Amino acid sequence: MDTNKSNVAENDPQFEAAFQKKIDAEIKIEPRDWMPAGYRKTLIRQMSQHAHSEIVGMLPEGNWLTRAPSLKRKAILMAKIQDEGGHGLYLYSATETLGISRDEMYDQLHTGKAKYSSIFNYPTLNWADMGAIGWLVDGAAITNQIALCRCSYGPYARAMVKICKEESFHQRQGYEIMMNMAQGTKEQREMAQDAINRWWWPSLMMFGPHDADSTRTTQSMTWKIKRTSNDELRQKFVDATVPQAHYLGLDVPDDKLAWNEEKKSYDWGEIDWDEFRNVVAGNGLCNRERLQTRRDAHDGGKWVRDAALAYAEKQKKRTAAKKAA
Amino acid sequence: MTNKETAAELPLYEVFIRSKNGLHHKHVGSLHASDAEMAMTNARDVYTRRSEGVSIWVVQTSDIIASNPEDKGSFYDPNDDKTYRHPTFYNIPEEVGHM
Ligand SMILES: [Fe+2]
Ligand SMILES: [Fe+2]
Repeated sequence: MDTNKSNVAENDPQFEAAFQKKIDAEIKIEPRDWMPAGYRKTLIRQMSQHAHSEIVGMLPEGNWLTRAPSLKRKAILMAKIQDEGGHGLYLYSATETLGISRDEMYDQLHTGKAKYSSIFNYPTLNWADMGAIGWLVDGAAITNQIALCRCSYGPYARAMVKICKEESFHQRQGYEIMMNMAQGTKEQREMAQDAINRWWWPSLMMFGPHDADSTRTTQSMTWKIKRTSNDELRQKFVDATVPQAHYLGLDVPDDKLAWNEEKKSYDWGEIDWDEFRNVVAGNGLCNRERLQTRRDAHDGGKWVRDAALAYAEKQKKRTAAKKAA
Repeated sequence: MTNKETAAELPLYEVFIRSKNGLHHKHVGSLHASDAEMAMTNARDVYTRRSEGVSIWVVQTSDIIASNPEDKGSFYDPNDDKTYRHPTFYNIPEEVGHM
């Protein structure tokens, strides 16, 4: 709610020990509580990236708003995209409680200093992509976000609870599109298969690097910013999603995929980490286009923000003059 | 980004929503708006898209006076020296029944 920092130094060892005790006792950390500098920094990075992902995530779907096959689908897609904008707001708002301004965060996004989920740097080529995104991309995001509902930072955890409530419609509408297409004509089935072929692996990449290569995981787990590791979440997603693909009669594009009766979960192949790093580095198919669209939207809206502020200022003066009279 | 632009950021408002009659308003988050009217309209748009509320309050964040967690001294030892404020402080014989 407000961002006044504590007077105590951000590296006071006594406070640091007391802080960890609170975390271990499952006591949530709130904006005005003392927190180590690293905890604040990690949260700002992770939460702002998360916020950026929500709003950049509106763009690949926006591509199909004018091309949706029916009015019903258009209304649904519009509602979903609007939700994602809302998710961005909840997350920006929660991040601001840590003492960073909205403009600073936008600036970091627009200059490329801050990242967003790489999945949104892939193009949306056919209508089945709207199905695959809702089903797989939102599905992966939900898996991740459910775990974050128990995050130690109060405002982040609360934003996640709110977001998770809204997300389930996103995944269901996506799966329904896939169902319609998988049960449709030969061409529609092929489009559905083509969509899963392109979105499957990038969806698995959404969980981030393997635990062994994830440098920040240990500290984040100690601080309970993260409650479940990347690999665990990814496996959970695979186990939940493969049967859904089978139900659709679609192939999962992984020839190593096999049920492991002993583990009671799926064995599967390996992510192309070169592709992952390449897209993160900015060389995905749509990196430049997405950022440019964001910048244009922000710059294009400047006159509206300015006008609204000028109007508010004028109204204030008028009210004051009336009172004085 | 220059400082001048940062200063032009729209003011921050906190949003409180009563989910149904009989319940308190509850803080749900915040948003930026040029004035109270825009804050109210935006709050309705973003925080009540699925009939989450019957009443909205918006308050400019800078108008809120907040306590400082360290003033309570609660960081190290919880303030429970006034145990007589709790019902369990008093021994009532079982025969008396539930009280
Ligand atoms: Fe979302
Ligand atoms: Fe979503």
